[in-house]
Amino acid sequence: MNKVTSILLVGVGGQGTILAGRVLSLAAALYGGQVKVSDIHGMAQRGGSVVTQVRFGPRVYAPVIDPGAADYIVAAEILEARRWLSYLRPEGVMIVNTQEIPPLPVLTGAADYPQGLLEEMRGLAGEIKVVPGLELAGAAGSVKALNLVLLGVLSRYLPFAPADWEAAITQAVPPRWLEVNKRAFELGRAASC
Amino acid sequence: MRELLLGNHAVARGAYEAGVSVAAAYPGTPSTEIIEALALYPEIYTEWAPNEKVALEVAAGAAIGGGRALAAMKHVGLNVAADPLMTLAYTGVNAGLVVVSADDPGLFSSQNEQDNRYYARLAQIPCLEPADSQEARDFTMLAFDLSERFDTPVMLRLTTRVAHSYSLVETGLRQEAGLKDYVKQPPKYVMLPAFGRARHPLVEERRERLKAYAETAPVNRVEWADRRVGVITAGIAYQYVKEALPGVSVLKLGLTYPLPEKLVREFAGGVGTCFVVEELEPFLEEQVRLLGLSVIGKEIIPRVGELSPALVAGTVGRRAALLVPDLAANWTVRDQALSQVAAALDLPARPPVMCPGCPHRGVFYTLKKLNLVVTGDIGCYTLGASPPLSSMDTCICMGASVGMALGMEKARGRDFARRLVAVIGDSTFLHSGMTGLLDWVYNRGSGTLIILDNGTTAMTGHQHHPGTGYTAAGDPTFKVDLEQLVRGLGVSRVRVVDPYDLDEVEATVKEEVDTAEPSVIIARRSCALLKKEEKGAVCKVDEGSCLGCRKCLELGCPALSFVEGQACIDALQCNGCGLCASVCPSQAISEAGVVYE
Ligand SMILES: Cc1ncc(C[n+]2csc(CCOP(=O)(O)OP(=O)(O)O)c2C)c(N)n1
Repeated sequence: MNKVTSILLVGVGGQGTILAGRVLSLAAALYGGQVKVSDIHGMAQRGGSVVTQVRFGPRVYAPVIDPGAADYIVAAEILEARRWLSYLRPEGVMIVNTQEIPPLPVLTGAADYPQGLLEEMRGLAGEIKVVPGLELAGAAGSVKALNLVLLGVLSRYLPFAPADWEAAITQAVPPRWLEVNKRAFELGRAASC
Repeated sequence: MRELLLGNHAVARGAYEAGVSVAAAYPGTPSTEIIEALALYPEIYTEWAPNEKVALEVAAGAAIGGGRALAAMKHVGLNVAADPLMTLAYTGVNAGLVVVSADDPGLFSSQNEQDNRYYARLAQIPCLEPADSQEARDFTMLAFDLSERFDTPVMLRLTTRVAHSYSLVETGLRQEAGLKDYVKQPPKYVMLPAFGRARHPLVEERRERLKAYAETAPVNRVEWADRRVGVITAGIAYQYVKEALPGVSVLKLGLTYPLPEKLVREFAGGVGTCFVVEELEPFLEEQVRLLGLSVIGKEIIPRVGELSPALVAGTVGRRAALLVPDLAANWTVRDQALSQVAAALDLPARPPVMCPGCPHRGVFYTLKKLNLVVTGDIGCYTLGASPPLSSMDTCICMGASVGMALGMEKARGRDFARRLVAVIGDSTFLHSGMTGLLDWVYNRGSGTLIILDNGTTAMTGHQHHPGTGYTAAGDPTFKVDLEQLVRGLGVSRVRVVDPYDLDEVEATVKEEVDTAEPSVIIARRSCALLKKEEKGAVCKVDEGSCLGCRKCLELGCPALSFVEGQACIDALQCNGCGLCASVCPSQAISEAGVVYE
């Protein structure tokens, strides 16, 4: 690979997007070359939208991804997937978890949660991979491991060795959650083929 | 060792390796992680100071006392610390003193996007601008060396994209700097007018020496390539230029003040057309123009917000493509999205919200109900300004709520003050609210100040402060007693309320705004994120008894929604604070027992 790969991880505060970004970037570092990650998480704990940008390749300059330039978007929530879709390249891949988390304007009745987003996105993106992430995470032992399920799905598209993924997960995840997260990753990886 | 480090962690690593002995800061995004990382090294004394001015003064004392020292702050923090900085520029240091200013172009979590490089110029001190984590480490180490070599504080200026990005860093071992001798030198350190007058020429002379150094400083480098187009740039903008305009010549400035005039002249003279690409203000550009050089810069590049590769492509790239069409044919970054998908504009926004169980909620709900004018302040509670609570009238800077309330009262009279409260967080009160309250007492205000005491600095990620009883390293220490403190400032009406008890909050606020003397209400409850383990019984909506009146939704709690005409509580999110049960007119909400995740 001599080009730079750009991956956007998006979700809602509390969904583990930042940890997923950490695992992904550690795996990318083990793969070799350069890695840059931009993590704006000022309000992550307060239920706002969260985005982590990961870029790796032989030489990476900018830590940010321009609209229309992401090779992959991993979205932990459907509305966030749609929000960031314009960042995907025409041939890019969108991996989206089938979860809807209503934002505050919807909760208070000021807006409606948009319907039919998945169908709309199917028509707009190159490839869409829809993942029942919560179900798989539950099967792995905790719905909180959703982020690792999604990384498992993504892993099928990336050239990193399984041992590097495992090392990255071991480094980033606290020991008491390690087994569940490894299982979640494997379920995601298996689900994607 | 090669490690993937956050820019801020790389600064900490560089300071550690450079033998720093004292580090002080007040938290502020995007600078907070620097002290958090330094606090993990037992060799280094680190502290959360009550505010940035104190942090810089602690660091200055350490440096003059002979130990290498660092003070870190967000950009607006340097406004608070500007007073010591301006005169430290005269006294100089003894051991190295580095001031980290983390600027926030794009206002990801700030109230403005001021460009603090102007402070370096105002103080006549060197300014280093790293462009990635490796440089963040390297420049921090260099900053200590320059500080000692030129006897000056040095500014290390970060921006959010450098401070909060990870990249690979080659690290080394710590070199103990040791303690330099401390020698009493009043003419150097006692800035009486006579001594200050004598120091000022030395500042001028030092700037000339720094300029000479800048000419050959390894952090300023020319990357010659196609000479038809040249770009002068620094910091994160350098990365965007390299990404968007491969093949053009670049002068990358690591030291952005003072400017290496000869180098700049040589570069600009060596290229056909010269651009200056920098975020925010035309700081470099104006200095380059003062040399009589003609460059293209802010007439096409925005002064507002962050830059990006696409923005550089769409401004400088477009212009440069006319000059080097052959090169530009290979430029892959486009100013227009490559995707066919337009950004979806009509999607509901996902603003940050107060957490379920946030103790601030009950106070703002009450202030809205009482329809009060609220001078506000900065912290998680600033979310009280957003719908549906919408009960904050002003938010300017930390501590401003207090002084502004007095000003409003003095302008509009005491009757107006009966409809007015000031609201401030505990960390913010200790940062800069105390002096405002003293003014209320001294100048006979009649205001009511509500201190939202959630026992932490929640906004920036739960740092300790003088009211928590723990140090930056997590060791137990003295804990300031807020009630005693405000009494000491001269306030005799001091009330403590539980913000989960809406009746108590309302009755107390009504009573205190009506009294004609200054009063303080301390609304005390731990931040809901800190007390997760203690999460109590969650609430549930009893089937059939909800009237569908939506009263509970006015709390803006993310655990509450409205499904098929009925209020609905997400048990996983609910924290059991019970506010919804208190506001429900039909007693439809009750405790559902403890739910374990
Ligand atoms: C001068 C300055 N320093 C730091 C900050 C960053 N900052 C904003 S609010 C805040 C503290 C909030 O703590 P507190 O007042 O206790 O309120 P909480 O977030 O806990 O509700 C900090 C550190 C700032 N905006 N301005």
